[in-house]
Amino acid sequence: MTRTISRRSFLASTGGALVISMFLPTLARGQALRRMRPEEMRDVPATPNAFLRIGADDRVTVLSKHIEFGQGTFTGLATLAAEELDADWAQMKVEMSPADVTLYANLNMGQQGTGGSSSMANSYYQMRKAGASARAMLVSAAAQAWGVPESEITVERGVIAHGPSNRKSGFGAFAQAASQLPAPIDPPLKDPETFRLIGTDVTRVDALDKSTGKTVYTVDLDRADMVQSAVLHPPAFGATVADLDSSDTLAIPDVLEVHQLTRGIAVFAKTRYAAQKGVAALKVDWDTTKAELRDSADMFQTYAQAAQTPGAQAELRGQGAAALETATKQITAEYQFPFLPHAPMEPMGAVAEVNSESAEIWMGTQLVTRDQQQIETVLGLPPEKIHLHPMLTGGSFGRLGTPDAEFAEEVALAAKAWGKGPIKHLWSRENDLRGGRYRPMSVHRLRGGIDAQGNITAWDQVIAIQSFMQGTAFGGAVRDGIDRSAVEGARGMPYNIPNLNIGLHLMENGVLSNFWRSVGSSHTCYSVETFLDDLFALGGQDPIAGRIALIGDENARLRNVLLRVADMANWAGAKSQPNRALGVAVVKCFRSYVAEIAEVSVGPDGLPKVHKIWCAVDCGVAINPDQVRAQMEGGIGFALGAALYGEVTIGKGGRPEQGNFDSFRSLRMSEMPEVEVSIVKSAADPTGVGEPGVPPVAPAVANAWRALTQTNLRVLPFSKGVLA
Amino acid sequence: MAIHFDLNGAAVSFDGDPETPLLWAIRDHFGLTGTKYGCGVAQCGACTVHVDGKNRRACVAPVASVADRSVTTIEGLDGQIADAVQQAWADINVPQCGYCQSGQVMSAIGLLALNPTPTDTEIDGAMAGNICRCATYVRIRKAIHQAAQAAAKGTL
Repeated sequence: MTRTISRRSFLASTGGALVISMFLPTLARGQALRRMRPEEMRDVPATPNAFLRIGADDRVTVLSKHIEFGQGTFTGLATLAAEELDADWAQMKVEMSPADVTLYANLNMGQQGTGGSSSMANSYYQMRKAGASARAMLVSAAAQAWGVPESEITVERGVIAHGPSNRKSGFGAFAQAASQLPAPIDPPLKDPETFRLIGTDVTRVDALDKSTGKTVYTVDLDRADMVQSAVLHPPAFGATVADLDSSDTLAIPDVLEVHQLTRGIAVFAKTRYAAQKGVAALKVDWDTTKAELRDSADMFQTYAQAAQTPGAQAELRGQGAAALETATKQITAEYQFPFLPHAPMEPMGAVAEVNSESAEIWMGTQLVTRDQQQIETVLGLPPEKIHLHPMLTGGSFGRLGTPDAEFAEEVALAAKAWGKGPIKHLWSRENDLRGGRYRPMSVHRLRGGIDAQGNITAWDQVIAIQSFMQGTAFGGAVRDGIDRSAVEGARGMPYNIPNLNIGLHLMENGVLSNFWRSVGSSHTCYSVETFLDDLFALGGQDPIAGRIALIGDENARLRNVLLRVADMANWAGAKSQPNRALGVAVVKCFRSYVAEIAEVSVGPDGLPKVHKIWCAVDCGVAINPDQVRAQMEGGIGFALGAALYGEVTIGKGGRPEQGNFDSFRSLRMSEMPEVEVSIVKSAADPTGVGEPGVPPVAPAVANAWRALTQTNLRVLPFSKGVLA
Repeated sequence: MAIHFDLNGAAVSFDGDPETPLLWAIRDHFGLTGTKYGCGVAQCGACTVHVDGKNRRACVAPVASVADRSVTTIEGLDGQIADAVQQAWADINVPQCGYCQSGQVMSAIGLLALNPTPTDTEIDGAMAGNICRCATYVRIRKAIHQAAQAAAKGTL
């Protein structure tokens, strides 16, 4: 990985606009090639040239190393840069950075990528320093040009001014001169008390373009002589082509060629419609000898059986499960969590051109470096011959970050198979929903005990789930049978329970799974928070007071959001208005703290009807409070849809049963509850907001449901659970 | 035989397969990419356009079905309601990933053209066919109310 951007290519990409110096501080090169702890991120030297471009027209362009897929990253990064640059919000613009791990590694990952709700946490200092450094260079250039001391120059809302001589200028006039000056590596940053933009509500940098259809996504790209490719994947995971008859496909006008790929068959055509018809006309005999042929019921049975035994130990406190023997009362519960698709609105797609010498690929990716490596491997081309352009995307929720880089591989192989110019490789919604990469299904078995006073004395939790890390480039994350992403949220739960055991069985499953918004907490938060309510009920404790008593001082921020949300909802017990009940749940997720209370009644369809959700969040400094609220609102709707209806079931012969939005039900507007968000004012470094709003939703609703109906929901989604 | 229709005020003709979904004709043949593919089966609303002023799912409408009719895409919008809706969308920071928002905006404009002051329930009903996986629904509802007020007052 030695690729850098040359000054020439950089200028070319700006259409000749002036840019801040291309000087690359040697300290910064390769600095981020390992994962950093949050406190180390403060000390990364400034590299304004990597992140900022200032045009002669005063336009400030931020290069975002994190992709924007809705979570507000572009707006957040622009806010950080504009704050220290003292730019005017209206002059800020954001573009994706190129793929270059030496400049654009995510400090939290040690490689270029977006995930784990880490963008603002990673860039809080880095982007501010870029802005501060560029500001210092502009001030120097202005001072030299005007022949005045730097100390007499002020910068405010994009205007550089010298009061004594009454001179003023925009940034653009000094951009070229500034670009010749050395960039300060450790510029002073503002005292947060003086922030002008950070902590205020701004209009998203992409709001108007996204409201007028102007934003360009991967699927909107066009290239001269581009052909359209579509793909047919095996009906069951792991099936391969035994025999292919593509004669009907090739007889369709505008269909050009058919090629077999590693997984699936690609049809190349002059039009999208012809490519789609071509896929439908393929006649394939599938070899299923290596395929995953079990259906969901079979899998759940195997998982449930495994969960009866302890598994690998992920955490032990006190005497662990042995303490159940001395408990006054105890209960046991088994939970079933389904495969969950991400179903981002923009289906998987790429534009790619591959020939024997080079490759150029445009695609959305949460794991840029990983995808780049896979493209190099399958094409056998040196890194400098591969140009990967990470694109902003129409959603992702984890879908675009696959440890085995399978989509990047498919795109590279399809483009190579065509080999005559650019292709637009686009999945259908059916490819997406039946293509796997689901949040893995799991079974949790919990046993808990209380003493005579109602205190929780024992907690034993065994999780059976597959690992999507094992056997991939990220396999190092699995140690001694423990994949931390599978148990996070249960392991290390923020409750002071004296005897606790967390066990894990990593199950074999041929259905492909992946990260899904909030990862392990998407299931562990549910079992932990609902089982906790079961134990509180057993011991006669109030769900809020019970939690408060179990949260220690090391999690004071969690206790604080819980108290706040109780206050917001006027909590006086789970009963609310007639025929309604309240339920609460909390999570510590990606270093942020969220507490939610749901108000629920029994809907006309017999499912929980959620009227309102109160949400208190502590994410450190709220860079864009309105975007924090937006992520909580959106995360709540996303999670509620998944809780009510979300699943992909595997049917006979290992075939995923849901293929489109008619059978996979997504939340619709009429089902969206009112949401009230309160953000804790904090001076702590920012932490994530894209994911942490998700986990508490389902358990808060289930806890309300339990209070309302005296029945537990332990099978998800609720559309199944209410009947179970 | 070529199919003639009006696209955003201009007379156009399409000489490909007449069964081609209007969506692909608009996007790939005429190069207007604001209208999105999301499902292909009229279940998500990302491809919503106006045909003779009414909401239509372009992914299931063959080009032949719009012969001699007038098609408006997000790129061709104008008028007070459209301006009010798009301004409200931006003011309220409705979009997250933004991919479904062309369709949401088209549906909202279609709604306000028929019903200038919809209630929450009417909004829920009219927008039921538009999925947003980012779940920006709270803000969509708010933006429609704000646009309705702005359009009524003529205060843009």
